[in-house]
Amino acid sequence: MASLDLVHIQKSFGPVHILHDVSIALKDGEFLVLVGPSGCGKSTLMNIIAGLEAPTGGALKLDDQDITQVAPAARDISMVFQSYALYPNMTVAQNIQFPLEMRKVDKSTRAERVKGVAKLLQIEHLLDRKPRQLSGGQRQRVAIGRALAREPKLYLFDEPLSNLDAQLRLDMRTEIKKLHQRLKSTIVYVTHDQIEAMTLATRIAVMKGGVVQQLGTPHEVYNRPANTFVAGFMGSPRMNLARAQVVDAAGEIALAFQAGNGDKIVLPLAKQFAYLRPYLGQEVIAGIRPETINLPNASLAQKGLQRTFSAKIEVTEPTGAETLALLNFGGHEFTATLDPDIALSVGRETQFTVDITKLVCFDVKSETLIA
Amino acid sequence: MDKTPVGQVARVALYLILIITAFAFILPVYVMVVNSLKPLDEIRNGNLMALPIDWTIEPWLMAWSKSQIGVQATGLKPYFINSFLLVIPSVILSTLIGAMNGYILTQFTFRFANTLFAAMLFSVFIPFQIVLIPMAKTLGFLGLAGTVKGLIFVNTVYGIGFTTLFFRNYYAAFPNELVRSARMDGAGFFGVLHRILLPNSAPIIVVTVIWQFTNIWNEFLFGASFSDYTSFPLTVALNNLVSASTGVKEYNVHFAGAFIAAIPTLVVYLVSGKYFVRGLMAGSVKG
Repeated sequence: MASLDLVHIQKSFGPVHILHDVSIALKDGEFLVLVGPSGCGKSTLMNIIAGLEAPTGGALKLDDQDITQVAPAARDISMVFQSYALYPNMTVAQNIQFPLEMRKVDKSTRAERVKGVAKLLQIEHLLDRKPRQLSGGQRQRVAIGRALAREPKLYLFDEPLSNLDAQLRLDMRTEIKKLHQRLKSTIVYVTHDQIEAMTLATRIAVMKGGVVQQLGTPHEVYNRPANTFVAGFMGSPRMNLARAQVVDAAGEIALAFQAGNGDKIVLPLAKQFAYLRPYLGQEVIAGIRPETINLPNASLAQKGLQRTFSAKIEVTEPTGAETLALLNFGGHEFTATLDPDIALSVGRETQFTVDITKLVCFDVKSETLIA
Repeated sequence: MDKTPVGQVARVALYLILIITAFAFILPVYVMVVNSLKPLDEIRNGNLMALPIDWTIEPWLMAWSKSQIGVQATGLKPYFINSFLLVIPSVILSTLIGAMNGYILTQFTFRFANTLFAAMLFSVFIPFQIVLIPMAKTLGFLGLAGTVKGLIFVNTVYGIGFTTLFFRNYYAAFPNELVRSARMDGAGFFGVLHRILLPNSAPIIVVTVIWQFTNIWNEFLFGASFSDYTSFPLTVALNNLVSASTGVKEYNVHFAGAFIAAIPTLVVYLVSGKYFVRGLMAGSVKG
């Protein structure tokens, strides 16, 4: 267990910049999730931490020791690969003890560790099998077991759940979270799945184009997204983004949405949006989470932060637990997650409420959060 | 199975063709075996295709240990041993070097890796004759001329192009994450090769060993050029036996000798032939 510091990490292949100046400081016991679309540089960053690729600039510190030039094997970091990377010629037990064997750990200690890890992950009955005789979930456990047996300072997980089927993925996700809570280890985890990021992380680094867009707790990243990319990437269905003008409606800040027919739909805001005052008269991008939009008859207490508006229901998508509705709000397309038990009539103009406590605004030019 | 009359006729025709072609392939072997078991008189007076009237294994014994090839009447035996002394180290060395080259060319990214591979691939297309004189110079310089060691050197070097090609293509399809994982687990350069790559290379090792064994065992030109009467491989000895200009042509002994020379490669194919076909396919298609 240890702290990890990434200091101005850069990586380029010739003229192509993969990573631009990534700095992340990770405290002991943190679970950092690197999340982003494919090609955002998250895997490259992980390989740099592992030592499998060298950074073009910057430094890496593990427990305040500079490990930038240290060989992967000498870093005391273990990694769980996306394909599990189990050695097909070795049994499960041999796989788990391979890193110990390479480190010349004596036989009795090795056997003891294998036993301990197998018990922890409930794979004791599989120790004599070859990887090809295991199911996906079992392989996953063995791969984690091999990483655990070394008792390293830092664990790396490279999209470990992406090869599993949906149900198993949920189960293993919980297992990994339990494991982290029990071991209190420092973990860096790469995924492109924002739900995995939200559920597992103590901190999330959202990446795009080799730049960390936002580094924060899942709550911060979800509720105060640093820019429109983070806003759109985190959360499913995506946050609704629409341009609106900041106006003064009887002394109160309000957002005026341009409707298709030339009319303006005004959404008055509350006192805590006073920071929008410098934007009076200008356009901003308003971000509204689908779950903050409801039907007025939903049994929610009116807290003075509900605003009513009217929109046409274009499509409904029932998922069972909730129903997704695509709304036409004066020409803007909004998604709302609604109660599945309420009958909705498609094509009709309907009244909706929106909870504005979670409404966020972004600058039109820089697309960053206005706060 | 097609049970209609037309289908059955087609099937009979198919088997007939297969039997005829199989017969055509087996015929030379039949001629060799049958005539190697006849006394010389029967070959001279009779029919090459006929079975022996007077069965004898004397030609085999002659070819193996009694016929005059070198200075002494030793038969093929010492040269058979020479060939083994030459083939076994050459096959092992060229296979291991090929595996190492394949490992380096696929698992390490460095400049000119593809150029280097192309150059090695090019060596596959160089005819033996072109390297004869430079190789003679090299062997003289190394003091290995006329020895079995010299022949091992020549055959190993000449084989590297092929073995590198085999292993490079096999390892190109080898899961990269396994190698990365092993490196993180603490395996060094040779640790990865020895513990991870080679144990998972059985099909391509079999292909390479068969290929190299057959080629080096049957190799004649280098053997004839770079050896002397103490280090002749079997192919050269067989040639000397067959083309001896004095005395009577003992065809039965020649047939027996040729068959003796073919036995080791035959055994290698029979034992590992199925791996050969499987291995040639491996790497080309995943799965």
